[in-house]
Amino acid sequence: MKVFLGLDVGSMSTEAVFVDERGEIVSQVIRSTGAKSIEAAEAALQEGLQAAGLPREAIEKCVATGYGRISVPFADKRVTEITCHGMGAHVLFPNTRTVIDIGGQDSKVIRLDESGKVTDFAMNDKCAAGTGRFLEVMAEKLDVSLAEMGGLAVAAKEEVSISSVCTVFAESEVVSLVAQDHPKEEILKGLHRSIVNRNWALMQSVGVEQAVTMTGGVAKNVGVVKLLEERLGDPIQVSEEPQIVGALGAALIARTI
Amino acid sequence: MSFLANTRYHVMKDLAAPLLLRAMDAKKKKHRPVPPHFNPPLQSLTELKRVMTRHYYLARHAKGAKPVAWVTSGAPVELLRLFDFYTVYPENHGALCGARKRGPALCEEAESRGYNRDLCSYARVDLGVAFSGKTPVGKLPKPDLLFASNNICQTVAYWYKVLAHHWKIPLLMFDTPYNYDDISGRDVSYMIQQIKEMIPLLENVSGREYDEDRFRKILLMSKEASLLWGEVLGTMKAKPAPMTIFEAFGHLAPIVSLRGLPVAVRYYENLLKELRQRVEQGIGALTNEKRRLMWDNIAIWFRVREFANLFAERGMNFVTATYTNAWAETTPYMDEKHPLESMAKAYSLVILNNNLDYRLNLMERLIHEYDVDGLVIHSARSCKPYSVGQYDLKRLLMDRLHVPSVVIEADITDFRAYSEEQANTRLEAFFETMEASS
Repeated sequence: MKVFLGLDVGSMSTEAVFVDERGEIVSQVIRSTGAKSIEAAEAALQEGLQAAGLPREAIEKCVATGYGRISVPFADKRVTEITCHGMGAHVLFPNTRTVIDIGGQDSKVIRLDESGKVTDFAMNDKCAAGTGRFLEVMAEKLDVSLAEMGGLAVAAKEEVSISSVCTVFAESEVVSLVAQDHPKEEILKGLHRSIVNRNWALMQSVGVEQAVTMTGGVAKNVGVVKLLEERLGDPIQVSEEPQIVGALGAALIARTI
Repeated sequence: MSFLANTRYHVMKDLAAPLLLRAMDAKKKKHRPVPPHFNPPLQSLTELKRVMTRHYYLARHAKGAKPVAWVTSGAPVELLRLFDFYTVYPENHGALCGARKRGPALCEEAESRGYNRDLCSYARVDLGVAFSGKTPVGKLPKPDLLFASNNICQTVAYWYKVLAHHWKIPLLMFDTPYNYDDISGRDVSYMIQQIKEMIPLLENVSGREYDEDRFRKILLMSKEASLLWGEVLGTMKAKPAPMTIFEAFGHLAPIVSLRGLPVAVRYYENLLKELRQRVEQGIGALTNEKRRLMWDNIAIWFRVREFANLFAERGMNFVTATYTNAWAETTPYMDEKHPLESMAKAYSLVILNNNLDYRLNLMERLIHEYDVDGLVIHSARSCKPYSVGQYDLKRLLMDRLHVPSVVIEADITDFRAYSEEQANTRLEAFFETMEASS
C-alpha cells in the first residue's frame, strides 16, 4: 500500500496525516511540538506509521507545512499553511468559501473559490493576541483545562469585558478581575469575546463569503465557535478533528506531486 | 557666511571631492559577481554612488560656506535653491541608515530621550542623529533653517518642531490642506500666500535677494528632472522591464535630494539613455521575467537586496510602485509662467495629500499601464498616512481587477518591528496563489 504524508509542524503542536491513493485518511497523529520541531516531525511520522502498520517505505511523497516546514529534511515539498488549510477545508466541506484557521500562534482568514484555490488571505500581525496561545495562557491563569474552558464561557450568563488585546496585559487584567471576585465563567466569556473580536477584524480585512469553515486547534473550543457564529449570524462548519486540517491538506497535495 | 568656510568648501568641492571619487573608482574595479537570475547591473549605479557620495561629502563642509537647510521630501525645495541653500534630506539619510541596518541603534538614541517607539522611524532615526551626532555618512551639517511640508504627513510638523527647538533655529512650515476632493482655489491662494511670506525670511537667512527670473529657471530644471524621472520609470513598461523597482528605490535619491539642481537633470538623462538602450536590445533586469508586480508604500530599506533576490528567483519583477511614482506624478502642474501657483499645486497634489479614491484610481492606472499581475503591499509601521486604507484598496483592486495581492507588515528602517518568519509565510502563500492562478 502506498501512502502520502502531510506534516503540519506548528508552533505548539505537530500533526501527521497519512492518506491512501484515493485520498482517504489511513492514520492521523497530533502531538506537541516541543523544543525541536524536527524531532516532533519524526516522532509523529513513526507514530502514524505504527498505527497504520506500515513500513516507512510505504510513504510515496511527503509535504510539510507550518512554521517548522523548513526543518523537515525528508519533505518532497514545502507548502504554506494557507494553501494546505484551504485544500483541507475544501475537501472536507466543498462549499467552503472562507476558512478561519486559528492556530497556536497565528490566525488566518483564507478566501477560496469553488475549486478550492486560494484567492486571498489575511494573517494576524506580529502578536499572539487572538490565537491559541492566548487561550492557553488564560486557561492556566484561571486554572481550567483547555478542553472545558469554551463550555464554561458559553454557559456564563453575564460577561466581564476585557479591555486589553495584548496577551500579557490581558493576563494581568485577569489577575485583577479574579482578585475582585468576578466569577471565572464571566471572565472566560469576556476572554473568548476578545478573541472573536480580534479575529472579526481580520475577517473584515479580506471579507467573508458563506460557507465559513473553521480549522486549527482553536476550532475545538465551543466558546469561540459559538460567539463567532453569533457575530457572523450564520453557522460555522467544523470537522470532527479540526486540528488536522492543515496536515490533511498537505497530504492531499502530496498526492498530486 | 565666513570667508574661511567658503574657501574650504570650494577646495573640498573642486579638489578633494574629485580625488575622493577617483579613489572610489579605483577601489570599485573589483568585479562583483552578478547574482543569479539577474542580468548585469546598470552602469548608472556607479554614477549614482558618485553623485550621492559627493553630496554627503560636501555636506560635511557646507556649514559656514552656504546656508544649510534640512528639508522634508515633499517640501517645495525650488524656493531654497534660489537662495543657494545646501539641502540635507533626513528622509533620504534615514533610508540610507535603514539600508545599512543602522535604524534600531539610531532609533534608540531618540527612544532613550523619551520618543516613543510608535513614532515614525525616519523621525526617530533623524532625532537620534541630531541628538547624538552619529551617522554612517561621517557627519551631517547642523542646519541654519528647517523646511517642512505636511503634504506627506503630520508627523513632520512635530518632528521638525523638535529639531527647531533643539537647535533654536527657524522652521518654515509649508501647510498643504488635505485634498478630500478636488483642490480648491482657496487652498491654492492660501499656499501661495505662505510662499510669499517665506521669501523675506529666506532672504534674511541667506543674505541673497529674490530673483524671479532665476526662480523660473530653477522651476524648469526641477520640472525637467521630474519629467526625466517619469520617463525613467516609464521604461519599465517594456517587457522585459530593463530595471527592477528595487533598483529604482536607489535611483530615486537624486530626484528626492538634488531636485532643482543641474546634477539631477544630467543624472537622469544618462540613466534614461542607458535604460532605453536596454529596452532596444531586449535586455531585462531579470534573465527570465515571468511575472510583473507592483509595490505599494516606502521600501523596506533593510531588506531591499533580500527581497529583490527572493522575487527574482521566481521570475517575478516589480515594474512599478506608487512610491517611486510620487516624484513624477504631479510634475505636469509645474509651469514657469505661473511659478508660485503651479508649485503650490504640484506639491499639494502628491499621493499622500490625496484621498483614497485618488490612490485607488492611480493604482488601477499603474496596474493597467505596466501590465501588472500581482500586488505587494507594505504596511509600514512608521508611515501611518501611507498604510491607512491599504486593506480597503487591496479589496477594491481585487474586486475590480482580480489582481492577487499580499500585505507584508514591516517597517522602513526599524527591523525590530519586522518578523521575518511571518513575512516569509505570507510571501510564500502569495507565490503559491500566483502559481495556482497561472
